[in-house]
Amino acid sequence: MEMKETHPIDDLIRTDRIPHIWCSGCGIGIAVHCFLNAIRKSGIPPKNFAVVSGIGCSGRVAGYVKLDSFHTTHGRPIPFAVGLKLANDRLKVVVFSGDGDLIAIGGNHFIHAARRNVDITVICVNNFNYGMTGGQAAPTTPVRARTSTTPYGNFEFPFNLAYLAAGSGAVYVSRWTTLHAKQLEDSMLEALGKKGFTFVEAISPCPTLYNRMNKLGTALDFMKFCKEHSVIRHGADPKTANIDLRGDIVVGRFVNVERPTFTDFLEEGLAQGLPHRKALLDEERKEFEHE
Amino acid sequence: MSTWRKPLTKAEPVARRWCVHVLPERCKGCSFCIEFCPRKALESSSQLNSKGYRPPRLIEGATCVGCNFCAMICPDFAIYSGPEVGDGK
Repeated sequence: MEMKETHPIDDLIRTDRIPHIWCSGCGIGIAVHCFLNAIRKSGIPPKNFAVVSGIGCSGRVAGYVKLDSFHTTHGRPIPFAVGLKLANDRLKVVVFSGDGDLIAIGGNHFIHAARRNVDITVICVNNFNYGMTGGQAAPTTPVRARTSTTPYGNFEFPFNLAYLAAGSGAVYVSRWTTLHAKQLEDSMLEALGKKGFTFVEAISPCPTLYNRMNKLGTALDFMKFCKEHSVIRHGADPKTANIDLRGDIVVGRFVNVERPTFTDFLEEGLAQGLPHRKALLDEERKEFEHE
Repeated sequence: MSTWRKPLTKAEPVARRWCVHVLPERCKGCSFCIEFCPRKALESSSQLNSKGYRPPRLIEGATCVGCNFCAMICPDFAIYSGPEVGDGK
């Protein structure tokens, strides 16, 4: 065994902050690795990327990637990302955050960004609870699941994130578990290359809180469960694509459609109504390309 | 003109040798790589790292085929497979 102190992905992570704070077996690290590999494969220079994260375990992603990254307030990575995109539409803006941040506190921002079809990629790491604050119930917690705020089981039905995104108007929706590392990477690559609101959900184990409280075993047990109970169903209706942690998890690429984006309409409107502003914008773009 | 054809397999094929590279101080002992290695070529090492976890190592005599799945599945950027050092290809 050869001992080496560098890793091939080291040029895209802030190695001075590694090892990261995520628990042993947490899937966020896998999702980050997939994302960084997708960036490398996309051929787009890393300086053209901007990563925006909110609060929570997954919110720390922005601090670990060696890209232009922003750690925003709770639930607000999407408005921040939309602002970035509108200010400089040559940037590839990626929102990398968790389910509690994007869907609970930032739920409205999420559906409205999808409705407007703003040209951003949203990667949501779903671990079924609020991990960082102590395992409270989230809108993604399955019904009857135990969390620290639902000791007698959760009485609420959870959101199906893929269905929510597709119903709100996302042009690309896919879901993978963190065990499907290769598929997750390919999915992120596809989402990065697509125009419009693209959404990738990564199901991650939360060994310290959710798995422990629901007797799902260690992170390794959860990964084995994912291996045995994942059903790949490309093009399935997201409405029927359920996540059942006692049954089957439906994964795959559910939606891949074309729809004019917010930027397209903006340009059209500018060209018609404010042609001098449009000329200014085009000039700015040229400058950006020259840099 | 000679009709004698050159044999296609003139040179002895050299199998590329692969091995895993581990960054032991980053490992948190989740053992995903050990469980999901397609060749079952990894095991926990007998030595602890400074955090008290046992990083993986290649089982003696096992073959790494360089699929790099351990790197993809590692949440801590602590392992990857690559050509063996000294393998001139």
